[in-house]
Amino acid sequence: MSAGTPLLGVEHLTMRFGGLLAIDDVSFEAADKKITAIIGPNGAGKTTVFNCLTGFYQPTIGRLTLHHPKGDFLLERIEGYRIAKDAGVARTFQNIRLFPRMTVLENLVLAQHNVLMRASRYTFAGLLGMKVYRDAEAKAVELARYWLDKVALTEQADWEAGNLPYGDQRRLEIARAMCIEPTILCLDEPAAGLNPRESAVLNELLLFIRDEHEIGLLLVEHDMSVVMGISDHIVVLDYGRKIADGTPDEVRRDPAVIRAYLGEEDDEELPPEVARDLDELR
Amino acid sequence: MAGETSADHTPIDAQELFKEAGATALVVFALCFSLVGFKTEDVPGGLDIITRFDDVLVATALAFIGRAALVLLRQGYPLPVLATALPVTILLIVLHFSDAVFSTDTAAVLKRFLPFGAPVIDWLVTILAAVFAIRAAIARQRAGSTMTTEEREKAMDRIGARVQRAARILGPLILGFAIILPFLPMADRRILDIAILVVTYIMLGWGLNIVVGLAGLLDLGYVAFYAVGAYSYALLAQHYDLGFWVCLPFAGLMAATAGIILGFPVLRLRGDYLAIVTLGFGEMIRIILLNWYEFTKGPDGLSGIPRPTFFGLPFTRSPPEGVETFHSFFNLAYSPTDRIIFLYYVILVMALATNLFTLRIRKLPVGRAWEALREDEIACRSLGINPRNTKLTAFSIGAMFGGFGGSFFATRQGFISPESFTFIESAVILAIVVLGGMGSQIGVVFAAILLIGLPEIFRELHQYRMLAFGAAMVLIMVWRPQGLLAHREPTLHLPERPPDAPRVAGAAK
Repeated sequence: MSAGTPLLGVEHLTMRFGGLLAIDDVSFEAADKKITAIIGPNGAGKTTVFNCLTGFYQPTIGRLTLHHPKGDFLLERIEGYRIAKDAGVARTFQNIRLFPRMTVLENLVLAQHNVLMRASRYTFAGLLGMKVYRDAEAKAVELARYWLDKVALTEQADWEAGNLPYGDQRRLEIARAMCIEPTILCLDEPAAGLNPRESAVLNELLLFIRDEHEIGLLLVEHDMSVVMGISDHIVVLDYGRKIADGTPDEVRRDPAVIRAYLGEEDDEELPPEVARDLDELR
Repeated sequence: MAGETSADHTPIDAQELFKEAGATALVVFALCFSLVGFKTEDVPGGLDIITRFDDVLVATALAFIGRAALVLLRQGYPLPVLATALPVTILLIVLHFSDAVFSTDTAAVLKRFLPFGAPVIDWLVTILAAVFAIRAAIARQRAGSTMTTEEREKAMDRIGARVQRAARILGPLILGFAIILPFLPMADRRILDIAILVVTYIMLGWGLNIVVGLAGLLDLGYVAFYAVGAYSYALLAQHYDLGFWVCLPFAGLMAATAGIILGFPVLRLRGDYLAIVTLGFGEMIRIILLNWYEFTKGPDGLSGIPRPTFFGLPFTRSPPEGVETFHSFFNLAYSPTDRIIFLYYVILVMALATNLFTLRIRKLPVGRAWEALREDEIACRSLGINPRNTKLTAFSIGAMFGGFGGSFFATRQGFISPESFTFIESAVILAIVVLGGMGSQIGVVFAAILLIGLPEIFRELHQYRMLAFGAAMVLIMVWRPQGLLAHREPTLHLPERPPDAPRVAGAAK
């Protein structure tokens, strides 16, 4: 198991869609202040794990415990939006979900909705324009500006989010997730569709978040350069089962992983992208 | 698309032209043959069928010509279209106004040359011809190319942005006009009544804009809240003898409660499904009002609803003993328009309050959450925004303003019955919001003037009003689905950045 204090415990997670067993008894732990990656071939159930964690699916069986400074949260028991609001689980999406017709800044301020709601005394103080709300809004904008600087989007603060280039949208989504001041940040394929340069910038950003903001990161990823480069701990899934769990080095050498990515001694006719992944894996 | 210069050299594709125009003419003929071709008419001793095949033939021919013109425009031949459409337009206009130019007899003969002999339809034909002429002229100007959809969108967006920016000046101007309107010489009783009606719909439009424009929840049953507000006021006033101003907050509260009651079951629904359920809700309220006779007097309606008073001073000519009236208190001569003017200001203030509230709440977390919910509900959940509460607040606040509007309606009319709260009211209010541009406050004003004011002024066309209304909606949906003035202003900016810094990709480069 991983080093460091555990942040997220997944125990016997099983997810069944009708007759399809998408996840079969998967257990792992994600450590605090570390980057944990879930990898696996297509259809291995990575995103399903993610959706269970972030409240979009109700797991069939299993316990998902988040060790929050305020106490433990059982994620499978609480309502979808509360997972972000109370437990502080932030997530991004594989196919970016920004608010496209709202500005970049508004996207970031929206992530601070609950803080601002309280400050506006559930709208009443806000309607009267009271100082307590104006101060809170100024603070929210400052936090947004901090993250805008971090992801180099300050210049575009007033653009509609939908008009940003793809790579910028990805970074904005991460910044937005960070604006809820999470205890764990879950990233669903953050490098998908990025070019190598953007991918390197992303790696830096994730390491920055881990080291400076000291939160745990959990990512589902295909891109081996991201996974191997920055992960502290890797969980490998195949056909909904966990087949390996360890540091990048351990996983790289694990015969079960190689088999899963390769198929049984069937080297010859690999599709080129699989072969490339495999090379990086080795 | 047309647009290549080579289009001038390629011959007209006559086969395509005749095929398309022929097909259109065939469809029109098939539709018109029974619908227009036969008409039942009252004759002494029963009904008789008269035939109008001449009209069918004219319609078919016009459809053929119109389609042919479209095909020609598409193939890059604006000139023949222009050469036909322009003289036809001028000719038709001359025919329309022939009685002003020629003697009555000549005019009567000339008017016979109008294609249908029914003024509204003939005007429609004239307008269509004019549209063809204008389009052909524009196409000619642009060397045979017509504007692409994208160009038009961009142009309209620019106009939207400009109007929105102009709204800062235009808004106070319109407001100033609205304030002095009752004292203008042209403001007779009829104009004031129309103005009250328009402002009522502006207020309802602003209220519905919260639900539809900001939160993106398509509500086809808004009239239900209007009805709840109206009946709340009427019943409270009758049973507990309360005045308008006391009842107003209660009516709003009742409507807001109705909004929450509707909101709960439909929380999971989106789009079309939501629209259907809200439509049903609107009908349910109306049918309850119709059938709960002991409580609402059913189809008889409630009458004798008290009129609003000016701080306790009624607007009556001969008050009961010991009651001071508005005109006696201020030593004025009694004038029946005083009450109308007062009503006008009441609704104006209520509408402005709605507008201020909306503008303000849009910049608060709730308002932003509404817009975010319209954009992406799943992303909202992932950020810890409670979609249930957000939707419910939108529904209830929108409903509250509907309730206020309803109270005003009741006090203005003095009589309400379920007849006043039919689906068409919801449709009109929604049309105002959609036509104005979802979420645009100034758009609602223009759309309300357009949809309520103009049909009221042109009441003579009554049976064609709804036809024109439908046609306008279809055209908007085709040309500008996001509404006339859909342009969104950001709710906040980074400090020390001028608010009009470039905000779209193209402008920044």
